[in-house]
Amino acid sequence: MKTKTAQEYDVMVRRASPHSPVWKDCLFAFLFGGSICALGQGLANLFMLLGLTLQDARTFVSISLIFLSALLTAFGVYDNIAKYAGAGTLVPITGFANSMVSPALEFKSEGFITGLGSKMFVVSGPVLVFGLSASMFYGLTIYVLSLFGI
Amino acid sequence: MKRLGQYTILFERCPAILGHAAVGGKKEAEGPLARDFDQTFLDAYLAQESWEKAESMLQTEAATLAIRKAGLEKKNISMIFAGDLLNQCISSTFGLREMDIPFLGQYGACSTMAQTLAMASMAVESGAANYACAVTSSHFCTAERQFRTPLEYGCQRTPTAQWTATASGSAVLGYGRGVRVRHVTIGRIKDFGVTDVANMGAAMAPAAAQTLLDFLTDTATSPADYDHIYTGDLGAVGSTLMKKLLLENGVQIKNHEDCGLMLYDREMQDVHAGGSGCGCSASVLCGHILNRMEHGTLKNILFMATGALMSTTSSQQGESIPGIAHLIHLQAE
Repeated sequence: MKTKTAQEYDVMVRRASPHSPVWKDCLFAFLFGGSICALGQGLANLFMLLGLTLQDARTFVSISLIFLSALLTAFGVYDNIAKYAGAGTLVPITGFANSMVSPALEFKSEGFITGLGSKMFVVSGPVLVFGLSASMFYGLTIYVLSLFGI
Repeated sequence: MKRLGQYTILFERCPAILGHAAVGGKKEAEGPLARDFDQTFLDAYLAQESWEKAESMLQTEAATLAIRKAGLEKKNISMIFAGDLLNQCISSTFGLREMDIPFLGQYGACSTMAQTLAMASMAVESGAANYACAVTSSHFCTAERQFRTPLEYGCQRTPTAQWTATASGSAVLGYGRGVRVRHVTIGRIKDFGVTDVANMGAAMAPAAAQTLLDFLTDTATSPADYDHIYTGDLGAVGSTLMKKLLLENGVQIKNHEDCGLMLYDREMQDVHAGGSGCGCSASVLCGHILNRMEHGTLKNILFMATGALMSTTSSQQGESIPGIAHLIHLQAE
């Protein structure tokens, strides 16, 4: 067979491979993500009507959305929604809950400690590591700047 | 048995496929080839406790059925060649543990059906085995959790991604009545630098093209000499690329079908670029194709299963995906 460089073949592969429907994906992500945010706002209003302060209501919204996401993941529904919603279900707090619950469900067959316990962070681990690192870096920067009165 | 050309093995006594069986899961039972399965399971767990045990059960069922359909018993089988996608091939070892048949584990990723079939044919033709069995399987759920993300994790698949089949296929070879193995071409590893694990078809296409070219050169034949050329799970993207590569080398194939595109209805069943996994080509061969060869609709075919020889470790380290393809030339009696 005639030899081909990786670059030459890459051009061929790109031509033969269909692209993801970016505009459709964006629209769905916007609609689903927006709906989740609207639901969150609705819940916040409801909690405040029930007499909670704004800050408490926000905490309750997070708890409610995490619970709903975990429940839908456990019932095997979440991934079916996410198939269409994409980033719409990934970006809000629901995505993070799903990334913890799905491996927990999956790896319980390997036991509670070596399976569920250790594999629970297999997807969300990097988010935690780099999220925490970034917030620490941000905090340190603000602290150092404040020393100079900036 | 003798060598023909540089890469092909010619069988003089031509071992026959005495019995064959295909088993599959729910999605496969809803696909266009549903009727060609000997058995399908609506429960993805197959009443087992884990996905891995379920996949093992697929192999047990496929091998047992194939041996029974060949009119043989387990004790008649001299050796069994088996493989799957899981680490250390546990679906094969655990699935065949109780069978008490001399066992040789194989790994060729999704090319395993052609690899085990080639090994079994050589064992029978050489006299090393009176009867040899080839079996392989894959399970969507075991493959997803080993190679990708947890099943319930919400993510989108790219249009080039393929769907791992929940299926198993098995064939028993020996001398007697049945579809005959005429030639085998053992493929060479080809790596054209594809690193996208969601585009396996592109990674395997060069290997498929190379193996077919090797076979055609060694046997001095052309694609038109065969009723059909079947590739194992190149999918839509890989099939297009293989045909383009062949065309660049002066070979045009019009009688090509891909097992990954046959097993499912791509649009209705949402499998993106098509099916994949060892069980995909295995069940299409051991069900649909061999059934047609026995009914006389097909007489002379090439079956070429393709595999992507990477692991999660190699992919995470940024390595490209080496491809492999082995070819089996089958003739009806």
